[in-house]
Amino acid sequence: MLTYTVKRIFSLIPVLLGLSLVVFFMIRAIPGDPAQLILGQLATKEAVEALTKQLGLDQPWFVQYFHYVGNLLTGDLGESLRTKAPISEEMVPYLMATIELSFCAMFVAVVIGVNAGIISAWFQNSWFDYVAMVLALIGVSMPIFWLGLMEQWVFAINLDWLPTSGREEVRNPVTAITNIYIIDTIIQGRTDQLVEVIKHLVLPSLALATIPMAIIARITRSTMLEVMRSDFIRTARAKGLKMFWVVYKHSLKNAIIPVLTIIGLQTGLLLGGAILTETIFSWPGIGRYIYEAIGYRDYPVVQSGVLVIAFIFVMINLIIDLLYAAIDPRIKYH
Amino acid sequence: MKKRTSLMFLAFILMLSLALVGCSKNTANESSSEGEGSGSEEASVDTLVFGRGGDSVSLDPATATDGESFKVTKNIFETLIEFGEQDTELAPGLATEWTNSEDGLTYTLKLREGIKFHDGTDFNAEAVKFNFDRWASGDKEQYYYYNSQFGDRIKEVKVVDDYTVEFVLNSPLAPFYKNLAMSPFAIASPAAIEEHGDKFLENPVGTGPFVFKEWKRNDRITIVKNEEYWQEGLPKLNQVIFRAIPDNSARLNALSSGEVDLIDGVNFSDVGTVEANADLQTFYRPSLNVAYLGLTSTRGPLKEKLVRQALNYAVDKEALIDAFYAGAAEPAKNPMPPVVAGYNDDVVDYEYDPEKAKELLKEAGYENGFEMELWAMPVARPYMPDGQKVAEALQANFEAIGVKAKIVTYEWGTYLDKARLGEADTFLLGWTGDNGDADNFLYVLLDQDSIGSNNYSYYQNQEVHDLLVAAQTTADQAEREKLYKEAQVLIKEDAPWIPLVHSQPALAGKANITGFLPHPTGSDVLSTVEFK
Repeated sequence: MLTYTVKRIFSLIPVLLGLSLVVFFMIRAIPGDPAQLILGQLATKEAVEALTKQLGLDQPWFVQYFHYVGNLLTGDLGESLRTKAPISEEMVPYLMATIELSFCAMFVAVVIGVNAGIISAWFQNSWFDYVAMVLALIGVSMPIFWLGLMEQWVFAINLDWLPTSGREEVRNPVTAITNIYIIDTIIQGRTDQLVEVIKHLVLPSLALATIPMAIIARITRSTMLEVMRSDFIRTARAKGLKMFWVVYKHSLKNAIIPVLTIIGLQTGLLLGGAILTETIFSWPGIGRYIYEAIGYRDYPVVQSGVLVIAFIFVMINLIIDLLYAAIDPRIKYH
Repeated sequence: MKKRTSLMFLAFILMLSLALVGCSKNTANESSSEGEGSGSEEASVDTLVFGRGGDSVSLDPATATDGESFKVTKNIFETLIEFGEQDTELAPGLATEWTNSEDGLTYTLKLREGIKFHDGTDFNAEAVKFNFDRWASGDKEQYYYYNSQFGDRIKEVKVVDDYTVEFVLNSPLAPFYKNLAMSPFAIASPAAIEEHGDKFLENPVGTGPFVFKEWKRNDRITIVKNEEYWQEGLPKLNQVIFRAIPDNSARLNALSSGEVDLIDGVNFSDVGTVEANADLQTFYRPSLNVAYLGLTSTRGPLKEKLVRQALNYAVDKEALIDAFYAGAAEPAKNPMPPVVAGYNDDVVDYEYDPEKAKELLKEAGYENGFEMELWAMPVARPYMPDGQKVAEALQANFEAIGVKAKIVTYEWGTYLDKARLGEADTFLLGWTGDNGDADNFLYVLLDQDSIGSNNYSYYQNQEVHDLLVAAQTTADQAEREKLYKEAQVLIKEDAPWIPLVHSQPALAGKANITGFLPHPTGSDVLSTVEFK
């Protein structure tokens, strides 16, 4: 297992280098002089020259790239042009907000999606199967904007159960420590705030979970169907094992690999692709942080934001790879 | 090994199911916690939550350029001269009286005594001088408004005595007082600026009715009552929280569910919903804006004045107002709204007359029409609630006179850049005034000096330029107004734009809010707001 892990980690080096190269050239692919673009049309020539120097744009590209990677390795992501704050500090609350939301959404998606998929497979062609799969189809094709507004309308305005937006009750604000509010409120023993934080998480998590939930349900169903036709399952059933064990131990374990793959990819997508949900539910996450930086032409933030999301995406997939091996020992011998 | 992994897996399943149980418990808690919730609501009656479209960029008004920043700084800081409650007339602020020399080069302001900044330091003439020196010595990009409004005009700021300050100018600047009333020229605490340096934009200290407390970027800004405020009995609220809720419909949902108390940026199409709800009320911001279709006068057939006039005749403004502004707008005939001093009401608009438009096209040699691009704004603004739909309506208007308009759009930053470079045939855009002065509309948007900045239509007319520059340096207000009125006649004839509408942006709030007076500049002072 250790050799496998080490091998997997080393294989990431070229991926990460490639990633940094792509992100590095992203800002340089924009037509025109980056310094001029950043400062706008009204900028004086001296200001443009000064910024060019400050950004090191007067150096050859490989020197610039070398500097860039050097800074990255020391955790220096540069400075936001808009707020003048170091990006590595400024980004943390946004990133944590997105991580909290994405993990809650993925949790909902996995729990409901996997179980719906299993039940559908077990009772193939039953009414449950049909209803679940039609719902899954609707889920995949649901516009999040519409879904989010409908959720607000039903659960917040008409039923008055849940709040429409934000992360907390602003009149009773949470003191941030880790910026993951569930953890923060637990550390501080503020159950009143914990309840509020969870209430604020429900609607955006559901909206964000819809698409991955539907995909996971469909994948689980099809792989489970395949596995359940195999000989060892027939043997297990013939042995007289309880249905629960047949499903959750023997079948799911063999069917879980493609599902894990999807979970990994979807989690990565959620981290970067939650902009719509973050907008509708005014969730102060990293998607909106980057989106707004684009509007203000804050290129260092865009660059670093994309890099961090891509990095997390790669890491999640590494974890998934390691999980494969943990669940299915055959994999590490290939 | 095999056994261990299967055990792990079982543990995983167990965890999932436990968590599921936990989830359902939480939902059960919700109904019971409602009782407690009402208690905290009572305690928060003196807290106003203001929902708006975006977060502030900087809370240092001198470096801010966006409306969302000024909305907050307006309540933390004060300016030497203030605007009227709901207009842009001059009113005393930190200065109680002001006089100027006849040549318009020396301005003397008497300051209010006994005012302290939030950090306890004194407000006086030295503080005023400190602020102006800071703006003048900083770099041009950082103090954008100082450089666009004053440039190098201010030669010197003199401290006459503790509470008298004198400004000496290089050349007369007619909108001097109006400029002083603009949010960017609020007076900040010199001690705090020195203490916080680059971080002052996150630690603002002024003299205003509210004191800065906390800022969570992209989420909320909290300001609390200034207990030492110099205006007796104000502010009435204990706390104001500005929340950024980007989507207009989601913001209205947050108001309807009671999470926020007051919102701006209400879609005109949602005004009916607000009015039908007895718990809510609608506010309208007095108009200080103009929406227009720019006709770039350096491109193709649009070089011809007759063609530009023909397009003006083709547009049905009333229909636009009914369809997209819920009636909360008036047709525009001049490039500035009627509340601005110097507005020429004698100008006659090109009325909606497609036949006349066709005649003019024929006269210009375009009997069979022509093709052009029509750029649609990709973002909603109070003056342009839906660029795409307005563009479609205009497209239909032009189609009726044989002009084929192709609708084009870009991401907002790109849109502005390309339009600024004169790459658009015709483009939708608008402007909200900064200080309510005619100069801030006519010179900024249509003078030949502004080509490359805000004169996107590349309009050039020497006569207009002479009038606008003369008006900038004339101290006599009546004389200035005459000059602006003349300029509007010439601009109307040249038709560099189709001025579309002056809209009254809609806001909504809980029905028990009183004392809220939306200001035309978009920066509202919330000191008089309270819950009934």
